[in-house]
Amino acid sequence: MKWIFSGLILLAVLFGILNGRMDAVTAAALRECGNAVELTLTLMGSMCLWSGLMKIAEKADLTEKISRLLSPVIRLLFRGMDYRSAAAKAITLNISANLLGLGNAATPLGIAAMKEMAKLAPADGAATNNMVLFVVLNTASLQLIPTTVAQLRQAAGSVNPLDIMPAVWVASLVSVVSGVVMARFLERIGGRGRRAGRAVGAGR
Amino acid sequence: MTLDNMVVPAVICAILIYGLYKKVDVFGVFLQGAKEGFTTAIDILPALVALMTCVGMFKASGALDILTWLLSPVSELLRLPGEVVPLAILRPISGSGALVIYNDLLETFGPDSFIGRVASVMEGSSETTFYTIAVYFGAIRVTKIRHTLPASLTADLVGFLMSAWMVRIVFGM
Repeated sequence: MKWIFSGLILLAVLFGILNGRMDAVTAAALRECGNAVELTLTLMGSMCLWSGLMKIAEKADLTEKISRLLSPVIRLLFRGMDYRSAAAKAITLNISANLLGLGNAATPLGIAAMKEMAKLAPADGAATNNMVLFVVLNTASLQLIPTTVAQLRQAAGSVNPLDIMPAVWVASLVSVVSGVVMARFLERIGGRGRRAGRAVGAGR
Repeated sequence: MTLDNMVVPAVICAILIYGLYKKVDVFGVFLQGAKEGFTTAIDILPALVALMTCVGMFKASGALDILTWLLSPVSELLRLPGEVVPLAILRPISGSGALVIYNDLLETFGPDSFIGRVASVMEGSSETTFYTIAVYFGAIRVTKIRHTLPASLTADLVGFLMSAWMVRIVFGM
């Protein structure tokens, strides 16, 4: 994280000087930190709503059912994770919300999953292999119906706004698979690698 | 877009009805969960401030134009139309910024043009990578993200290349 953070800021200052746009860079720095607070406030409502609903689903054992349904996916992707664990449940709910295109619900569920995975990991501020894989899944899009894109295409006068769907599915799928493969590959060669995830039983 | 309008109410109703059927105190339990959502939002705030500030500065500096120019020979080699390169660069960094560029492409070239379709598939098959990383890891105070970024960016790059290829294959363009 520290390299992303400092890298982007240093590049911004460097290019700001080269392009003579330091005033814009300054304005952006002062504006965006405030925007982050606004975004958090905007997110807070939907986070409360979905966290509340998910609590109901959890108490009603609905999450248990969904996670059993998706357990093959969990077993395939997350090594050493029991599909009955709280982490696995949160992961399956996050994946379901992503597939349904409920972005607002997927985020709090994803964070819940991260918190559950953090409980299983040593608290040394470093990501485990399963955490990385889960975040990579979420950075690639799993959405079945690209609603925002369809809306904008319709507004722009497309004849059939959803005709891109098969192309989107294939592109998403290949993108997700390549992300997972890359994550698996890098966790093996990474210097600080070989951590958690596989610690709890289950061979490679 | 009726399906889109249906999903949210349908999911909410399904959860509520199932909860009532299982005799859960739906309101009390909802309040408990909602309170957790509130703390979660507070947890991700510091990470969001950091990320949005550096991304905002980066965008304002005009570094994107230079990156686009630097990457144009690469995109030609990969048969990615040059017009969508700014979208490809911005998509992982800034969701709202990418949306503006995407809409621009739709209006300039038309939603059913080759470029319009490639941009649509790119936008629909990817997420705001940096934001997701910052929020997810920020919430649990993990700062050493190890190989997350290279793996995510690989997924993004492959997704973008696939977008152009798939539009060529599906629409024969």
